[in-house]
Amino acid sequence: MSVSPLIEIRDLRIRFHGDDGRITHAVDSVDLSVANGATLGLVGESGCGKSVTSLAIMGLLPKQSAEISGAIRFDGLDLLRTPDQTLRDLRGNRLAMIFQEPMTSLNPSFTIGDQIIETILRHRGGSRRSARERAVELLRRVHIPSPERRIDEYPHKLSGGMRQRVMIAMALACDPQLLIADEPTTALDVTLQAQILELMRELKAASGAAIILITHDLGVVAEVCDEVAVMYAGEIVERAPVDELFSAPQHPYTVGLLGSIPRLDHHTEQLATIEGMVPNMAQPPAGCRFAARCPFVLDACTRAPPPLVEVTPSHLSRCIRAPLERLVS
Amino acid sequence: MTALLEVEGLVKHFVAERSLFGRALAHVRAVDGVSFSLEAGKTLALVGESGCGKSTVSRLVLRLIEPDAGTVRFDGRDLLALDADDLRAFRREAQIIFQDPYGSLNPRMTVGQILTEPLALHDLVPAARRRERVEELLRLVGLEPRLARRYPHEFSGGQRQRIAIARALAVEPKLIICDEPVSALDVSIRSQILNLLRELQDRLGLAYIFVSHDLAVVKHIADRVAVMNLGCIVEEADADALFAQPRHPYSRALLSAIPLPQPHAKRARVMLEGEIPSALNPPAGCRFHTRCPFVVDRCRTEVPELLADAAGHATACHRVGELPSADAILPAAGGFTPALAKLVAAFSRKTEGAGQAGVGIQSATPTTT
Repeated sequence: MSVSPLIEIRDLRIRFHGDDGRITHAVDSVDLSVANGATLGLVGESGCGKSVTSLAIMGLLPKQSAEISGAIRFDGLDLLRTPDQTLRDLRGNRLAMIFQEPMTSLNPSFTIGDQIIETILRHRGGSRRSARERAVELLRRVHIPSPERRIDEYPHKLSGGMRQRVMIAMALACDPQLLIADEPTTALDVTLQAQILELMRELKAASGAAIILITHDLGVVAEVCDEVAVMYAGEIVERAPVDELFSAPQHPYTVGLLGSIPRLDHHTEQLATIEGMVPNMAQPPAGCRFAARCPFVLDACTRAPPPLVEVTPSHLSRCIRAPLERLVS
Repeated sequence: MTALLEVEGLVKHFVAERSLFGRALAHVRAVDGVSFSLEAGKTLALVGESGCGKSTVSRLVLRLIEPDAGTVRFDGRDLLALDADDLRAFRREAQIIFQDPYGSLNPRMTVGQILTEPLALHDLVPAARRRERVEELLRLVGLEPRLARRYPHEFSGGQRQRIAIARALAVEPKLIICDEPVSALDVSIRSQILNLLRELQDRLGLAYIFVSHDLAVVKHIADRVAVMNLGCIVEEADADALFAQPRHPYSRALLSAIPLPQPHAKRARVMLEGEIPSALNPPAGCRFHTRCPFVVDRCRTEVPELLADAAGHATACHRVGELPSADAILPAAGGFTPALAKLVAAFSRKTEGAGQAGVGIQSATPTTT
């Protein structure tokens, strides 16, 4: 792909300075890029740095405690060196985000219409009446029944699935070029999840926006993503097109994840487990961060941090033992 | 073989709204005529979406809340006839573990105290031997005995769930109700807890009622599955039969809605339109008719009965015989490429060899999440 990506992250590092002087290495040397119209899945378990990465893109990390270095280039702008005023113009406009918990992200004391209209007026201007028309149109696009009536309701009157759809409508209000969805369906029932995922696919097809989907659910990744980046302890340990990641993973952590999920499509007697704990990120290990839990560990793994290398031109792995097929043949 | 647990016609309506004088105005019909049975040493899964009544059923079975109608027989005894003393004795035989291991352990008690409490309460083990028993329980769930001196906040989510399981096991129950025990856990931890539950079942002959919304997890762990919708069981069958040939349109919709970890998986979707109706005012006739793609007039007026065939596969649907085959919605056998299967096997073999590596490694500082 020689097209220049819509967003390109280079060597992103994020450290949090705690009150007690402790420094937590939340994200380390992350490189990512997403092209227009593509969906990137960012996968990993709690605390791996996937949400922090997305907050850094949005410029939402606290300035007092988060130390950020590297570069996040969005359409020619370096977001880390962009003045706050410009960022505010971008957020909700060309950059939009959907959070996991729709109830806490909607303001309970305003109607959903007010909240969508506010976004439209802030970025697009125009009359309140035309903004309201657009809000109704947006609600219809996310399949909210009778949107003319629903627009004047408060968030508490809506079910979880409807609230999440309102969040999506709000994120889409100004036709964003990049949509970041942080666990958008985790709090929802499976039938609603299927509806929301279908909706995201529809919207991507219609608008050509790029999507970064943050999730821990490999099933969701397989269904909607084109490319996947697996994060572990603040680093990207593997990056590959979705087919390759699921058919021939090249990092032991990904192998462990794939082996540990119960599956509907085949029977497993015993699930794989990843023993041990995530390393303490106040003092990250010197070598490979997964070494302590890795069944394929060698002495060399613990000595120096492994680089992210190409196993095939499109498939990167941060494991010195890749390609892993060698280990079992 | 007689069943360990027999539930018959269980009903629970909660009052949702009262008049000024305390008269009930509206009821949530959380559980409306649920019957099932469970054999010793087996696992029954209760499956459904939020608000379908699955958690309420699990609490009714333990008599944590009182049913409005119906009977619960445990080991031949009528639970609803028990007085306070007998009920306490019954609690030795049936335990529950909850979804949220953070909320179900007392933060002011050490793990040792948490595990000693049921032993003392039921006077199971003489005081002098209790410490030994606590250590035994911790080892049983894969935790190091020396962790008994620690407080719950010093443990990760998965470890806390192990402690909750150890506490349930302390009284040597015959039945454990697992209410979404792995929903709050990360995938790799989830598999550890699922493996542990199965291992304990094999070793101790436990029966489980496994309440979950995750059908993939249920397929992995259950012997029998009951699918619930709005307070009623709509389909009940052996797990193999249900996953191979789901009959009720709702079961099919649930099954087809689960995203498969298999890119470009080919299967048809049963997309449900509309919202889940409120249990406050469930639809007349079949409670699924507002969302059912196969609805006919009869469904809107007549309540379908849960009827079992000779093989014990029960379905509550008027049109069960006329529905198209479920083959299209079933996930095509996918799974791993041979190389990946070998790799996963190698991964598991090696970690198993390493034993409980890492379980006790965690220092006093909780992980940063």
